Amino acid sequence: MSDFCRDQGPRPTLYESSRPGARCLRPPACDSAGISAAALFGAYARTSPPALPQVSELEIMRHYDHLARMNFGVDTGSYPLGSCTMKYNPRINEVAARLPGFAQLHPAQPDSTVQGALRLMYELQEDLAAASGLPGVSLQPAAGAHGEYTALMVFRAALTATGNPRKKVILPDTAHGTNPASVAMAGYDVVTVPSTEGGLVDMEALRAALDKDTAAFMLTNPNTVGIFDPQILEITRAVHEVGAFAYCDGANLNAILGITRPGDLGFDALHINLHKTFSTPHGGGGPGAGPLCVSAALAPYLPGPVAARNSEGTYERMTPSASIGRVRAALGNFAVFVRAYTYIKALGAEGLKGVAEQAVLSANYLRVCLQDSFPVAYDRICMHEFVLSGARLKAETGVSTLDIAKRLLDYGFHPPTIYFPLIVNEAMMFEPTETEPLAALDALADALKTMAEEAKTDPELLKSAPHTTPVRRLDEAQAARNPNLRVVHRFCS
Amino acid sequence: MNYIPITTDEREEMLARIGVATIEDLFCDVPAEARLNGGLDIEAGLEEMQVAARLDALARANRSAADLVCFAGGGSYDHYQPAFIDNILQRPEFFTAYTPYQPEVSQGTLQAIYEFQTGICELSGLGVANASMYDGASALAEAALMACRIKRGRSRVLVAGSIGPEKIETLRTYAQAGAFTAEVISEDAYTCNSDLVRDALRDDVAALCLPYPNYYGIVEDIAPLIAAAQEAGALVILDCNPLLLSVLKSPGDLDADIATGEAQCLGNALSFGGPGLGFFACTEALMRQIPGRLVGKTVDISGHDAYVLTLATREQHIRREKATSNICSNHALNALAAGAYLAAAGPEGLAQIALAACAKARRLHDALIATGRFRDPCPGAVFGYEFVLEWCGPGPLEQAYDALIKAGILPGIRTGVAGLLIAVTEKRSDQEIDAFVREVSSYV
Repeated sequence: MSDFCRDQGPRPTLYESSRPGARCLRPPACDSAGISAAALFGAYARTSPPALPQVSELEIMRHYDHLARMNFGVDTGSYPLGSCTMKYNPRINEVAARLPGFAQLHPAQPDSTVQGALRLMYELQEDLAAASGLPGVSLQPAAGAHGEYTALMVFRAALTATGNPRKKVILPDTAHGTNPASVAMAGYDVVTVPSTEGGLVDMEALRAALDKDTAAFMLTNPNTVGIFDPQILEITRAVHEVGAFAYCDGANLNAILGITRPGDLGFDALHINLHKTFSTPHGGGGPGAGPLCVSAALAPYLPGPVAARNSEGTYERMTPSASIGRVRAALGNFAVFVRAYTYIKALGAEGLKGVAEQAVLSANYLRVCLQDSFPVAYDRICMHEFVLSGARLKAETGVSTLDIAKRLLDYGFHPPTIYFPLIVNEAMMFEPTETEPLAALDALADALKTMAEEAKTDPELLKSAPHTTPVRRLDEAQAARNPNLRVVHRFCS
Repeated sequence: MNYIPITTDEREEMLARIGVATIEDLFCDVPAEARLNGGLDIEAGLEEMQVAARLDALARANRSAADLVCFAGGGSYDHYQPAFIDNILQRPEFFTAYTPYQPEVSQGTLQAIYEFQTGICELSGLGVANASMYDGASALAEAALMACRIKRGRSRVLVAGSIGPEKIETLRTYAQAGAFTAEVISEDAYTCNSDLVRDALRDDVAALCLPYPNYYGIVEDIAPLIAAAQEAGALVILDCNPLLLSVLKSPGDLDADIATGEAQCLGNALSFGGPGLGFFACTEALMRQIPGRLVGKTVDISGHDAYVLTLATREQHIRREKATSNICSNHALNALAAGAYLAAAGPEGLAQIALAACAKARRLHDALIATGRFRDPCPGAVFGYEFVLEWCGPGPLEQAYDALIKAGILPGIRTGVAGLLIAVTEKRSDQEIDAFVREVSSYV
């Protein structure tokens, strides 16, 4: 992989490169700069300085340049990571988020001085409501998992208002790990129902689990094996029959934009990952944003403040009447909102529908191209993603899905999501997204085909992969057994 | 505008390969009665040039810190951001990458986070720091949950009222799930009432949350309360300003168990309050209960140093409902910026920035009192670069506040009827400080 500085590998941290006296950032000299921590804070003054690096600006830039070149991003190559929607991050979004009129706003400024920002948030709320079919929107949650948690707290508040918060939340066994974790944080018991052979919700099992203690049923639809559950209207009806709420995990919203809306499918709430569907960058693990969209009945419980338009046509912060309260400080991840808003304005209604169509077309194309090399877990039309099983290959050659993923790095591709969903043995979940060129899909298919052959002729090549990356396979057991989570040597004087 | 590279001809080729006639055929599982036939109620798409103009107009409809001199803080601070940081943040290898699940091609993100963790440990004086949280408020809520996991059977969490309204509201929301009760200890002249804390500390208290400094900028005398909490068997959570930790005794030295806080002040933009950067540190003894991602150093099979996400058995993708938290993505890119900022400032620079801000804050504090239009509600209080004054000038504060805004000054955050919380960063020039004082003096 020529893009990587493969010969270099990791280099010392800035903490280890520190040299006493080297300097970079300083504040301007000021009249009263002679004051000392001891004079200001007495017994609370720090007596020994923190051992932070002492380096020059060029050293910092070279350091981060080196680190950047050891990283793989969407701009580096294909990133078919299932359920993560690693689409292109348009650069106009980045420019917009950095406009001083957005980037240099303080959250405590009076509404009259932030009319543009509040209007942007209001219009984003409206557009997300339009896309989801759910009219109540709060932009507060900072991430998808935060949005799930917020939804469950909204359900809890709405149920408590009727006298009984109820006890449990039902999930299919295909659910993302954040779902059960959010359920636990929201104080509910998790009940998992198995999926059918076809990867769908088992209606019988769901009906058996649904009762008056059920607060909600959470479903990702299209689900995590890439299938739109055709029973969806029956599912949401059954959930409502016991007075529970139907929750849609919006991780896979990209597949249905402009085709159908979770609100029209009977869902009461949905979180949207702006960093998936609406093209905001993943940032190597955040910041994202997980706005929550809910039905009109649940809107009063949303966390606030949200943006509202008053009768004079100006914009203001408003806290919903029965709000659960804040789930964070300020209004939400505003810089992420600017990017998502920019994207929605660029694409418009037709463009967004085109996203879903192409995402689904590209996934099906890749599925068909790969099905001869690896069995498809559910051999049917898929939505924006699909799951292959490496079980047969493993039985025949000893080469596992992990080995395939690592070998894919040598071919210049980011691996798919692996070992998820849990119900598929040796799972590999591919989501090409709509922004991947056809030539890249073909190249990915060719690489996997070659690897399926390599597994038979030279399994060791895969088991010892990757060979061309800045570092090779890691000793993860040692990392967990003897955790080394920081530089401990004190290089600073 | 769209970002789809596939041509019409290629589409046909793809459909043929799949063996369907139209794209519609691929959506056969969507029930007809739930299909959106009229299209989305969203305006038609624009070309990039038009989008740019639209966004520019919206941005100009705000008064930013570029033309409204910012004396507001409360967790978000207008510090100087060195130019090189944004240059690093614009590297697509960093910002277009996913969470570093594939360590062989994510060493950049991983090492940057490891260095961030190191910096937070140095500032907090605690042995373990995670890869970041969403913001200071949600980090505090996660700390409360962590304390209750550790102190099984104890479910009361005491919170100093002086920790600030947004953090209290966030804690109260998280408390609704029933894992803990958040008991807010009321404040007394902008500081926590220590007697009330002592009275509330019993053997059912899981944690005591104290601010350092508090929402009003004051460094309260927390050491005796920390000792009292420990005597009662409760954990101590300190909510800190990480920049001030360069000049304040560290939470570790104060015997705190957990330190959290908002780290936007370390090289990150204001961005209307989001994304923030929550930091989270704890003692090594508590490591296995920490929420969120941790990066550890290890070796690869060739024996070379390498970094990897570790102790994942705490996390949701492995442990599901038994995880220490539901947190998945954190704020990695903000943490990367903070890590670079800490390296640029170094121990000396960071302390100089903090002390310059403190010095400027004192200058403004004294000058505003000298106008006779503000009074000091807590004389003698030890504060950092933020302080609270009470308006005693003509008319209500509300009107004076609006007049200052008109004059191009964001004077701070109003608190209570007459209180004004004022922050002065190292970025505020003497001229800006003098202009603030002049506007207050001449206000009629």
